[in-house]
Amino acid sequence: MTRVNNDNRLAKRLNAEKRFQFYCISAIAFSLIFVVILFINIFSSGYSAFYKTVIEVDFDVTQIDEDIATLTDLEIRKLDIFRLSKKTIYSLYPDLDDRKSKKMLIKIFSIEYEDEIKSHLIKNKKNLSNIETILLTASDDVDQVKKGNYPRELSEDRRRIKDIQLSFYDDLEERGKVKYIFNIPFLTRGDSREPELAGVGGSLLGSFFTIITVLILSFPIGILSAIYLQEFAKSNRITDFIEININNLAAVPSIVFGLLGLGIILNVFEFPRSTPLVGGMVLALLTLPRIIIPTRAALRAVPPSIREGALAVGATKMQTVMHHVVPLAMPGALTGTIIGLAQALGETAPLLLIGMVAFVVDVPSSPLDASASLPVQVYLWAESAERGYVEKTSATIMLLLLFLILMNLTAVIIRRKFETKW
Amino acid sequence: MGLLLILLILLIGIFGYFLGKLKANKLRTSSGKSLNSLNYYYGYYVALYAMVPSILLLLAISIFDKFYIEFYILSDFSEDLISSEKELLFTQIVNTAQGIKLFDTADILIDRAAEKYLYIKDVIRNLTYTSVIAFSSILLFFAYKKVNSELDSRSIVETFLLVLFFMCSLVAILTTVGIIFSLLFQTIKFFSQVPISDFLFGLQWSPQKVFVTDSGELDTRDLQNAFGAIPLFAGTFLIAFIAMCVAIPVGLMTAIYLAEYSSSRVRDWTKPIIEILAGIPTVVYGFFAALTVAPIVRDVGQSAGFSVSSESALAAGFVMGVMIIPFVSSLSDDVINSVPQSLRDGSYALGATKSETIKKVLLPAALPGIVGSFLLAISRAIGETMIVVMAAGLAAKLTANPLDAATTITTQIVVILIGDQEFDSPKTQAAFALGLTLFLVTLFLNFIALQVVKKYTEKYD
Repeated sequence: MTRVNNDNRLAKRLNAEKRFQFYCISAIAFSLIFVVILFINIFSSGYSAFYKTVIEVDFDVTQIDEDIATLTDLEIRKLDIFRLSKKTIYSLYPDLDDRKSKKMLIKIFSIEYEDEIKSHLIKNKKNLSNIETILLTASDDVDQVKKGNYPRELSEDRRRIKDIQLSFYDDLEERGKVKYIFNIPFLTRGDSREPELAGVGGSLLGSFFTIITVLILSFPIGILSAIYLQEFAKSNRITDFIEININNLAAVPSIVFGLLGLGIILNVFEFPRSTPLVGGMVLALLTLPRIIIPTRAALRAVPPSIREGALAVGATKMQTVMHHVVPLAMPGALTGTIIGLAQALGETAPLLLIGMVAFVVDVPSSPLDASASLPVQVYLWAESAERGYVEKTSATIMLLLLFLILMNLTAVIIRRKFETKW
Repeated sequence: MGLLLILLILLIGIFGYFLGKLKANKLRTSSGKSLNSLNYYYGYYVALYAMVPSILLLLAISIFDKFYIEFYILSDFSEDLISSEKELLFTQIVNTAQGIKLFDTADILIDRAAEKYLYIKDVIRNLTYTSVIAFSSILLFFAYKKVNSELDSRSIVETFLLVLFFMCSLVAILTTVGIIFSLLFQTIKFFSQVPISDFLFGLQWSPQKVFVTDSGELDTRDLQNAFGAIPLFAGTFLIAFIAMCVAIPVGLMTAIYLAEYSSSRVRDWTKPIIEILAGIPTVVYGFFAALTVAPIVRDVGQSAGFSVSSESALAAGFVMGVMIIPFVSSLSDDVINSVPQSLRDGSYALGATKSETIKKVLLPAALPGIVGSFLLAISRAIGETMIVVMAAGLAAKLTANPLDAATTITTQIVVILIGDQEFDSPKTQAAFALGLTLFLVTLFLNFIALQVVKKYTEKYD
């Protein structure tokens, strides 16, 4: 009797063991699946933002009275060809005569068609033929229809693109006038109220300036204070206090640093709002503990025999540290710095508070120009209602993730290549 | 004027370095005696003397010249202006000087003051250049003169470096002081208008009701009911609770698997992938929560017959929980790994299975450390901003329903302070009061967590 019972119990216990392992594996699978879904989701909705829909029109250059080849760029910009541009677009459908359909036809193009024609003229000033074939950016709605993101089967009154525009689009597509090209302006232009014209160029540079500011401020201060704390500081109250401070700062929510930036850097020292300089200063303070802690760990890992050897041949404490210990700890310090910078690159909340959310069309040319940064751009576009911004947001996230992966890879490579295991 | 001048000082410093080194070299060869320090220390000595005081002087000038210019220009105007009028007047003068005309007031006094402003600015600029460069050169000369075989330049240079290092490590203290100062200053102003008890125990949060009317007076009745933070605290804890419901089981099980079951090869692969979750920017999670998870939650909820708002605490909390998994798992992993092997061996010797050992021996032994990691994760969840801003809703409602929209402390800080703020209004100050609350709560949690972990690791060391 007891024998059977024991077998039963053993089977139960072994089952429990299997169940437990299964729970563990499902926990890991959960995280992995989440990562995969997140990436697939972002990539599948984002890659199309790197392409845009353009429509081919034939522009009659002879209609312009002046000789384009002799004009300067600025003069071409100042030409009034608004009516001519409209006429060019109407020429796609010469039979169209009522005003409403004409207006609908214009609206399948993006709003800046006149400028786009001028840009084409400027670019090809020297060798213009009489009839120029120009690619004009299509409106966001048409772009989304082309990309298949637009629910065409909705009834007409529930969608922004009208039946007549859809019929224009289908017809143009059949005539081979609709082209699908790589969207270079997306990478170079600033923000815009029109999704099809909006680009990440401004926030890319904004992020760049911010990160450079962070690097310049936090790298030297972080490394030097790590050296002080690890190598020189006597264990006394001041040192303890500094260490407690650093550990606490590492755990303070990032938005509190934003409040610091707003309350002190902007309102007391009156630095210019919305600029990468201020953003960089705030993020530098945030990054400081993230550089100090790994640098100290790297310094701690240098074996005492190195120090003793240097001291034994007559080096001073400072020479020992600067000539022997610090160079050996440098790979670890650099790895920590790069990872810290990568975290700073993805940081959003503090930047919202210091005004880096302003709608900026111009691409910044220095850290003192107002601008957004990549993660802030994600936030801004995610809040916009237009369908076209969804793919732009995902594409911006793709760029952001690309930079983060590159930075982390660099960190890993530095660690693998240069770090000595003692 | 800063950059060019700093560059010039740098050039003088480099020049000084070579001068000092050259002189030391000459001393060494001509006298045949050995010097106190190596040659290059004399170079550094001269360079530091030429550069450091001049840069400090430049710093002092660039901080104080603004005040002097303002004082000098405004001394022409009548004395009985109050400070805000003075400031306005001065801004007007500066704008006129820069050619920006906001008002069409052709005030001859202001025009004259603008001219004077440009003039004095020019004078001060030239003065700064000449004085700083002269100062630097004179110091260079004296330092060069002082270089001789007795001079202990090495210890002077080393002391300077040590002081520099020390100053750098003080930045951490300055940051903390800056945070506390900026939060406290505004919070005290806030509580002078709104009683603390109203803030801590009030049930209604609607700061948008409060705005400064034309007369500059605030309706005190509005103030009473606008700043009750209980709904925010409730929302914060609701979302943090949901997040922990995801992060604790998943994170802990992950840690157990990685520490106890997995082969080292599996561990090398899985660990970095889970760490990816920690490296993804929070704004990405926010986007994912708002555009992908929230609609799924809504659809599932509605098909099950619940009414789900489009921005639900559940969606935000769930995604936040996923974000926190790596914090829980890596901290718990360390803790479990540091349980001595003898405890495991003892348990196996009694015939326990692996999972029994884990549940009955390892987890109880590692409990304090694991609790510490949970506390750190909770503090992380409370301070998280972007996910809740983008996915959890903005309206402050007192609710415990996870399918409803909820708002948090961090969300309200962002909502109040984003864009243009009314300066010195109780609304703006309320954000700082919230910030202080957040700072204190996370500080407290971290402190407790670190104490617990520390006690625990000491036990097995």
